[in-house]
Amino acid sequence: MLPDIKKAWGGKINAVTIGATAAEGGTRGYTVQVGGSATLPFLNFEGETARPVIAMEIWDVYPEDWPDVLKEPFGDALKDPVAWAKKCIEMGADLICLRLMGCNPDRENRPVADAVRVVKALLAGMPAPLIIWGCGNAEKDNELFPAVAEAAAGENCLLGTATEDNYKTLTAVCTAYKHKLIGESPCDVNIAKQVNILVADMGFPMSDIVIYPTSGALGYGLEYIYSVMERARLAGLKGDAMLAQPMVSDIGIEVWGVKEARVTEAEVPEWGSQKERAPLWEAATAGVYCAGGADMVILRHPRAVETVKKTIAGLAG
Amino acid sequence: MGIILIGERINGSFKDVGRAIQEKDASVIKEWVQKQEAGGANYLDVNMGAASRKTEDWVWLVKTTLEYTKLPLSLDCNKVEMFRPALEVCREMAPDKIHLLNSTTAEDHRLGPLVEMAAEFNTSLLGVVMDERGSPQDVDRRVELGAKIFGAAFEGGLEPDRIFLDPIVMPVKFMQEQAKNVLEAIQQFTMLSDPPPHISIGLSNVASKTTERKLINRTFLVMAVAMGLDAAIVDVCDEDLVNAVAAAELVMNYEIYSDGFLKARQ
Repeated sequence: MLPDIKKAWGGKINAVTIGATAAEGGTRGYTVQVGGSATLPFLNFEGETARPVIAMEIWDVYPEDWPDVLKEPFGDALKDPVAWAKKCIEMGADLICLRLMGCNPDRENRPVADAVRVVKALLAGMPAPLIIWGCGNAEKDNELFPAVAEAAAGENCLLGTATEDNYKTLTAVCTAYKHKLIGESPCDVNIAKQVNILVADMGFPMSDIVIYPTSGALGYGLEYIYSVMERARLAGLKGDAMLAQPMVSDIGIEVWGVKEARVTEAEVPEWGSQKERAPLWEAATAGVYCAGGADMVILRHPRAVETVKKTIAGLAG
Repeated sequence: MGIILIGERINGSFKDVGRAIQEKDASVIKEWVQKQEAGGANYLDVNMGAASRKTEDWVWLVKTTLEYTKLPLSLDCNKVEMFRPALEVCREMAPDKIHLLNSTTAEDHRLGPLVEMAAEFNTSLLGVVMDERGSPQDVDRRVELGAKIFGAAFEGGLEPDRIFLDPIVMPVKFMQEQAKNVLEAIQQFTMLSDPPPHISIGLSNVASKTTERKLINRTFLVMAVAMGLDAAIVDVCDEDLVNAVAAAELVMNYEIYSDGFLKARQ
């Protein structure tokens, strides 16, 4: 008799539901489940594998510094977050990720009330579940989160991010207004686990956390990140409850900051068409993270969304 | 992939539990269930000790423990015929748990029936490496008997992760040369198959009648983990012991480090 070589894992990755319909006390048109796999990505002969879901990123302000090839598919919709979100849904987004970029003190430094207004408009004007991502400045985020969490009460949003040094405010408001939470760790599995321990220590359910292990574009340390993701995923499947959370990769913001996506054909003719190259760079990056264990990717360009969907469908079979 | 801790405290050899068995006092059992769960137990050992030999008392103890715990049990008993009634209770009250039969020896009249019972009731089986000739005094004999138990259990349909081997720990005070033999046997057990069986010890024996019992227990357990031990029947309410296990799990790369690793083990 030979042992069965199929791997039976002792653990399972949590499934986190984002959004709440009217029946669940919210106003979303539908909900989206992130995670829930019982084995490694796409190994569906071994057990349940959850397909990665796709969020598209929008801002609370006009994205002045986006390259033209990224602005072009959205046109004037970029001037209105609700119109922009609707366009994303048409383009295939499962969820909308609102990044409160305009509130960053180094940018427009818009007041908290403006962020609240945008959140309310989005919840009233489009049906998708909502991710609300801070402005990136810890101090300002701690002013923003209580207000936007309250404005979105009952909608079961995903709010981020909590870090090892700044998790208390976000954890408290996610508890109070019943939202899900993103725990961020800088390419470090030990800190990913530690953030979860800290958040759980405040009484927040482990089953309501999504891990953001940070992300890097293709060519910019991506292999370090996906190694960390693989290690976290293996531990979670082996039964480590502090690493059994689904993972999100924030792709668009990384890819559209590197020269391979930003440089035009006129500047470097041998790199070819930017319109082709840049979305491909975004899609290639996202595909790698999906294979590494990402349960959700946040993207910007509709052609990247289309390509990643094809990749996922091909791998999922 | 941490160390499996089997809580030792529901044992009739302890005065309070012995009295509870005789007086059918469920509150004592409940208390030890809760304390051991809080201490981080993965299984609860249930043993009548010298308190009683009656099957009805044994069934009461198993039933009472299951009433209060969600953990699987280590049914600790040396009479083959006592297992079936306990297993029937487990099947009725906790059918989705993989319990542990504790234990068989390498003696054919025990090994055969207990392997069959483990397969029938879908449990794990712990084999202690002794036979008609008693406990082994050297490494080779331990490994020989371990291989015999493993072979019989595997052929009987138990996967390696359903098989636990116990190399028999002896008191360091009286048989000082045996502790090293046990450590070496543990290492050799890990090579019996790939994946290997679980390897478990009854820890407290090593420190029997010594001073500084907790220190000796803790030291030996950590050394055994370094050799490949992955289970032990222990006092899970000994915080220093459990913390040492948590640290050993990091050193062995079984668990991913985090600054709050002691909290993560709870």
